[in-house]
Amino acid sequence: MSDAPNQANRATILNGIRRSLHRGELSGDERQTVEARLAAPPRGPAVARANLPQPEKVALFCQWAEANNATVARVAAADVPGEVTSYLARNNLPAEAAMAPGPALDGFDWATQKMLSLRRGRGEAADHVSITGAFAGIAETGTLVTASGPEHPVTLNLLPDTHIVVLREGDIVGGYEDVWVRLRARYGKDRMPRTVNTITGPSRTGDIEQTIELGAHGPRRMHIVVVRE
Amino acid sequence: MESTAHDFKDNVDVALADPNLQDSLAKLKVGFSERRRQAAERLPEFEVLRDSARDIKNHTLANLDFYLEEFERKVTDLGGHVHWAPTAADARQIITDLCRSMNARTVAKSKSMVSEEIGLNDHLEALGIAPIETDLGEYIIQLRHEPPSHIIAPAVHLTKDQVADTFLEAHSKLGFTKRLTERNDLVAEARYVLRQKFLDADVGLTGANFLVAETGSSMLVTNEGNADLSNTLPRMHIVLASIEKVIPTLEDAAVLLRVLARSATGQESSAYTTLNTGPKRPGDLDGPEHYHVVILDNGRSSVLGTEMQDMLRCIRCGACMNHCPVYGAIGGHAYGWVYPGPIGAVLTPQLLGVEEASNLPNASTFCGRCESVCPVRIPLPKLMRHWREREFERHLTPKAVRQGLALWSFVARRPRLYKSLTGLANRMLALFGRADGRYGNLPLASGWTRFRDFPAPQPGGTFHAQWKRKRP
Repeated sequence: MSDAPNQANRATILNGIRRSLHRGELSGDERQTVEARLAAPPRGPAVARANLPQPEKVALFCQWAEANNATVARVAAADVPGEVTSYLARNNLPAEAAMAPGPALDGFDWATQKMLSLRRGRGEAADHVSITGAFAGIAETGTLVTASGPEHPVTLNLLPDTHIVVLREGDIVGGYEDVWVRLRARYGKDRMPRTVNTITGPSRTGDIEQTIELGAHGPRRMHIVVVRE
Repeated sequence: MESTAHDFKDNVDVALADPNLQDSLAKLKVGFSERRRQAAERLPEFEVLRDSARDIKNHTLANLDFYLEEFERKVTDLGGHVHWAPTAADARQIITDLCRSMNARTVAKSKSMVSEEIGLNDHLEALGIAPIETDLGEYIIQLRHEPPSHIIAPAVHLTKDQVADTFLEAHSKLGFTKRLTERNDLVAEARYVLRQKFLDADVGLTGANFLVAETGSSMLVTNEGNADLSNTLPRMHIVLASIEKVIPTLEDAAVLLRVLARSATGQESSAYTTLNTGPKRPGDLDGPEHYHVVILDNGRSSVLGTEMQDMLRCIRCGACMNHCPVYGAIGGHAYGWVYPGPIGAVLTPQLLGVEEASNLPNASTFCGRCESVCPVRIPLPKLMRHWREREFERHLTPKAVRQGLALWSFVARRPRLYKSLTGLANRMLALFGRADGRYGNLPLASGWTRFRDFPAPQPGGTFHAQWKRKRP
């Protein structure tokens, strides 16, 4: 595709905007003001629910995650693999799963689960269960945040029927703004990971008679294992 | 999509006589609005957040060129491409060229109102590229060859039984020959059929709820996960968004997200909110190799700086139609084009011309519920009033109405004449309606009495007469 028509179209739109706003391209003080706003983004009104002490954040996260049809188990690090196996058994699910490749899940002793068969890699259409970590949890709405990359393929969040997420208590933050701060610290101010998924409970639809049904296209079940610290 | 907005009055007659539609609308009227009210009550800061959301959008619109350029720069830095489309035809051509560059046979589509606005599906189909709608509601209406009737719940006009019939007809050739009666079975069957289509698609096309200038990210809010499959599995991801979707920063997104889901469905948060930034990175095990954003103007830039600018704040939550008594009576199809309800009555005359859509701004009682629930506080009744004025200025109003208004204004500007005429009418109506207390039909008022009785005036005279007597 030649770039010339695109440049002409670009000029048409941008000049049209400037004509309507009765000004030329932003310059001088006006430009500095918006550039400064972009460089140091101001926060919106504070939401009390997103600004609680840490133990209450964890409790609020669990409460909202469950309200949004996820299930939650709070366990010590040593008990994480056992909780995963037990969850699969409780729900009559096969003891095999696709697990995120990255180091986040290496710290748990999966070898203790003799019956659990794990494949490390991306999610595939045939997978029934996936196990991943999470970049953060948002207390305000019980939302999980995942950041894509070699250690966390996005397909693991989407293709399997059951998504098991291991989340450390210390990664539970108050609101969205706290996630942005963490993302900038990890990836740089201007470099987001390719995909940031924020996920609140299992997939759902209300498209037939406004009645919620779970498991529209993404996972039908979401189990969150919160690791006590 | 071909507009039938000019046939609004006929469309309304059809809608009022459709029992399935009336059943569905009865559910809508209690469902969405009650859930929104509860969600707003659960968040004490909700009203302050609405103010902030309005201010963010106003700030962005005042600097729209700057933020669009900034967004483009960030997308390009990360290996994506931004395409600028002044018109709907430009956008269709750009998307066609992109699909052809992939030799695409199928496109997995996530619900996009802008794609409806530019008539993308028909265009692609004519070229032999199959668009597959993957949002459950959109999928249902695509099978039925119908347009969406609501901007966030496209199949809200249908009953479960109608969906069951549609699936039986469409899926029996795939081996699903049993007519389903349970909602969860219908959802499961659609999931099964569409999963393979996701895996086979060459291109994924989504809209965007927001474009974040700070990071060059497109932001998508869904409940089903279909948008995420559309932007993860195919080799190319195309984002189609209009110019006013850009916002400055992630912090601004946080404010807008807090009002969006609550206003739309009454949820604290939708199930999936996703930020996509550029194509697959080195080492990634999945994701699209190609990432393109098509930015559509289609007349929006000319609204900036005018008395109508406020309409560009819209974040497409659907609250205005969920709370509109007119939408609640006639549904979305009667509006005749892509955007129904109060926001449609304001957008459609702008996008299609006041000649085509002059009836829509008249389809309001100005009760003001739309404005009272709008998360970005768009003064929808005021904007509809502007369109009514323009309709009148352009002599588009029917002759009988113009003459009636001329007569009214003649009388209204002569207080003594007004008083004696209204006093006379009042006495006559009271006298002849004395027996029943109401009129089953009344000359010159058949539009009213066709559907309901006209009450006879109570004793005591006109308001003016009573005011004169009772004033302290």
